[in-house]
Amino acid sequence: MYPKIPLTVNGQKQEIEADPEMPLLWALRDIMDIKGPKFGCGIAACGACTVLIDGEAVRSCSQPVGEVEGEITTIEGISQGDELHAVQQAWMKHSVPQCGYCQSGQIMAAVALLEENPDPTDEDISDAMTNLCRCGTYPKIKAAIKDAAQTLGA
Amino acid sequence: MSRLGKYTRRAFLGLGVAAAGGLAVGFYFYQKPYANPLDAKKAEGETPFNPYVMIDEDNTITIIAPRAEMGQGVHTTLAALVAEELEVPLEQVVVEHGPSSPAYFNAAMLEESTPFPFYDESVLAELARGSMKIVAKFLGLNMTGGSSSTTDAFVKMREAGYAAKFVLLKAAAEHFGTSEDNLTLADGTITDKASGKSVTYGELASKAAAVSPPSEMKLKKASDWKILGKTQKRVELKDKVTGGRIFGIDVQLPDMLYGTVRMAPRKGVSLKNYDKTATLAIPGVKDVVEIRTITGEGLGVIADNTWAAFKGAEALEVEWDDPLSLQNSDQMWSVLENALTQEATFELGGTGSDAEVFTSIPESEAVSAQYRAPFLAHATMEPMNATAQHDGSTIRVWTGTQAPGLIQSVVSSHFDMDSADINVTTTRLGGGFGRRLEVDFALYAAVIAKATAPNPVKVTWTREEDTQHDTYRPMAIGEFKGQVTPDGTLKTMDMQVASPSIIQSVMPRIFPGISPMGPDNTVLDGAFNQPLDVENIRCQAHVADLQVPIGFWRSVGNSVNGFFHESFMDEAAHKAGKDPLEFRLAHLTSDEFRPAREALKRVAEMSGWGTPLPAGKGRGIAHVLSFGTWTAQVVQVDVTDNTVTIEEVWAVADPGIVLDPGMFKDQIMSGINFGLSQALGQEITWADGKVEQANFDTFDAMRMYQAPKITIELLENSPRMGGAGEPGTPPSTPALANAIFAATGKRIRQMPLSNEIDFI
Repeated sequence: MYPKIPLTVNGQKQEIEADPEMPLLWALRDIMDIKGPKFGCGIAACGACTVLIDGEAVRSCSQPVGEVEGEITTIEGISQGDELHAVQQAWMKHSVPQCGYCQSGQIMAAVALLEENPDPTDEDISDAMTNLCRCGTYPKIKAAIKDAAQTLGA
Repeated sequence: MSRLGKYTRRAFLGLGVAAAGGLAVGFYFYQKPYANPLDAKKAEGETPFNPYVMIDEDNTITIIAPRAEMGQGVHTTLAALVAEELEVPLEQVVVEHGPSSPAYFNAAMLEESTPFPFYDESVLAELARGSMKIVAKFLGLNMTGGSSSTTDAFVKMREAGYAAKFVLLKAAAEHFGTSEDNLTLADGTITDKASGKSVTYGELASKAAAVSPPSEMKLKKASDWKILGKTQKRVELKDKVTGGRIFGIDVQLPDMLYGTVRMAPRKGVSLKNYDKTATLAIPGVKDVVEIRTITGEGLGVIADNTWAAFKGAEALEVEWDDPLSLQNSDQMWSVLENALTQEATFELGGTGSDAEVFTSIPESEAVSAQYRAPFLAHATMEPMNATAQHDGSTIRVWTGTQAPGLIQSVVSSHFDMDSADINVTTTRLGGGFGRRLEVDFALYAAVIAKATAPNPVKVTWTREEDTQHDTYRPMAIGEFKGQVTPDGTLKTMDMQVASPSIIQSVMPRIFPGISPMGPDNTVLDGAFNQPLDVENIRCQAHVADLQVPIGFWRSVGNSVNGFFHESFMDEAAHKAGKDPLEFRLAHLTSDEFRPAREALKRVAEMSGWGTPLPAGKGRGIAHVLSFGTWTAQVVQVDVTDNTVTIEEVWAVADPGIVLDPGMFKDQIMSGINFGLSQALGQEITWADGKVEQANFDTFDAMRMYQAPKITIELLENSPRMGGAGEPGTPPSTPALANAIFAATGKRIRQMPLSNEIDFI
């Protein structure tokens, strides 16, 4: 039998039974049915699985669920009811997504960036946003982050 | 307009009764119509037809957009075609992919796969295009690819919208006891101007279904368009910023199991022995099953979560039986080198000049170069996956696919079932790029589901499995020779391309009963069919099998030959001592090449072509006509300390008609970054019969810090409508290589360029 692992996900406390070595990504997707974080590579190389742990961007595919310390936030947890997060609103305004598969991770990485650096330069954005997008939406991601920074700073 | 196409395309607009007394509008097809895929929604006694718009009594307006949404915005643009004529805003319609049905065949996709250049309007070319459309119908190709969806739908979906509006107006006139001239339409409602009373489309739906459809289509003029020609928001935009459960990998069914595959290194290698002891010892692993199919052999691992399945697959000890002779990349290059010395397999285009013209170029006027392009993986962000369930006599499949009809066909053959008993639900796709035209991921899921029946199983590939079991963009060598006369004219151009044939690789794994006939023009696409006024042109293919599964990769042959052709034009310009832009324009004087001239001239203006740059910087230019869209690009690089930064890209694309400028520019931008990603280091190589790259650490793509600033403009000079998804890709790599030459004097003739110069 697997041990019980206590987690706080999007503000909700819960206990799951899982192999402590299971990556957080698969615990979220397969056990908790939280599908926002996506599987892309399994080696923390693409960022499609990005979630926040205590506000910091973490690639959940390479984070053992048994070692999680802190509150987990997925993309399902960043909006306030029907009110989307400023980053999500900026993503919509700039029509950033194409296939959209990487965008949950991109948005979570952007949320973490703006928490730490509310007014990032182009270079700050390029340094922080290392997630892969095969549709090549980078120019729009950059524009949306700057827009969201203005909204959040206002 | 196609002569043959006029009557082969003739389909008759018709009506049906949708669910709960609603209205459904679509086409009756000529000859033997396919069964109506939405039979369940249709009252009895109606002739089969394929609906594009359905209006329910509660005024829910559903538009069927039977193409894969993989980022190109096709659901939005196809819905816009109907909504424009129906006079409803896009926000008011529900867009569905619809069922997998041959009734939604894509004629435009095959239309451009005939061996004639896009601009060749000769009778022969028109006849060939027309007959390819018939082929598309009979193969039942409900496929998304070849940048063809919008071209295919442009007339038929607007007509569906018009027909719905036509019968609704007639029904409204009867309802109000007035004439149609006294009615106005807006937002799904019809208002009687005299009384001011309104009625919704839904309230009129059942009455409208009894009205005879229009005998004449009076489509709106482009100048009257309210939705088309303007940038729209994607219909699925909100799902894509909220982590929506829209992709194949997000499918969740009751009592579902999880699985993965561990396949033989390639098709042709069989499963010999295996030991599953270690796998079965992993907690959560339930079973290991053999997979022996037309696309490959291997093992499936079934578990109660995906991670356990992954660990189980890794723990398998497998012995393969590999009879294939070509085990590494060096051997494969040798095969292509040898093929170049052999007589050509076929030739396309050209001027019919005597062969002697091409072999008697004076040494002093000769320019020659050999170019190379490697195998490439598609590397979609969403790894291959599919969910399948056997429920007694039928198989259900949920997956992100560009070809649900092919999945039906191949899965039904595998299980010796009727294709009508294979039900495919198409989800949104986390990238396609041609990879999801294949059926392997769905077929393996169906095989594994047989073992888990009646429980469904979601089968997800690891990234490593995905990278190493792709249907790759073929590798190729281009040997190009030309004659530049002392006045700087390119008088002769000889293009010899050695490559395996995509069609010969695809057909046996998709349509094993049909042997491919005639030349596979994908081998020469981007070379034989380019706008070019040169006295003597020859373009020949040397087809050689490399025992590697290959497939359609964004822009297909154009991704290879566009690089060869446009690099060569730059070399020829250099030999002639001319500016590369001026040199191109001088060889694009025919009337029908005006779109190319205009695109090149505009992109030159935008980029400041010809103005001085600081030392270490350079600009390169290229133009490729692909999928009906004329695309010119300028790339500007900075080379400092032998390291290249791609600073900026300017692009001008001319698809004839632009239905959604925002969406179209997004596709060109995406195509550029997809193309440039190749140059930065993408290469699939073989050693010991296996692909050497496995994950994004060894097969990466462009990242944010490498992404150039991109400026795009669209023109509408072309006489015919072109596609959006692919044409951005081909010119990007030659423009980059030409820019590096301009900055450094270093000519790089093989991809990835990173093998010879560093990029940031």
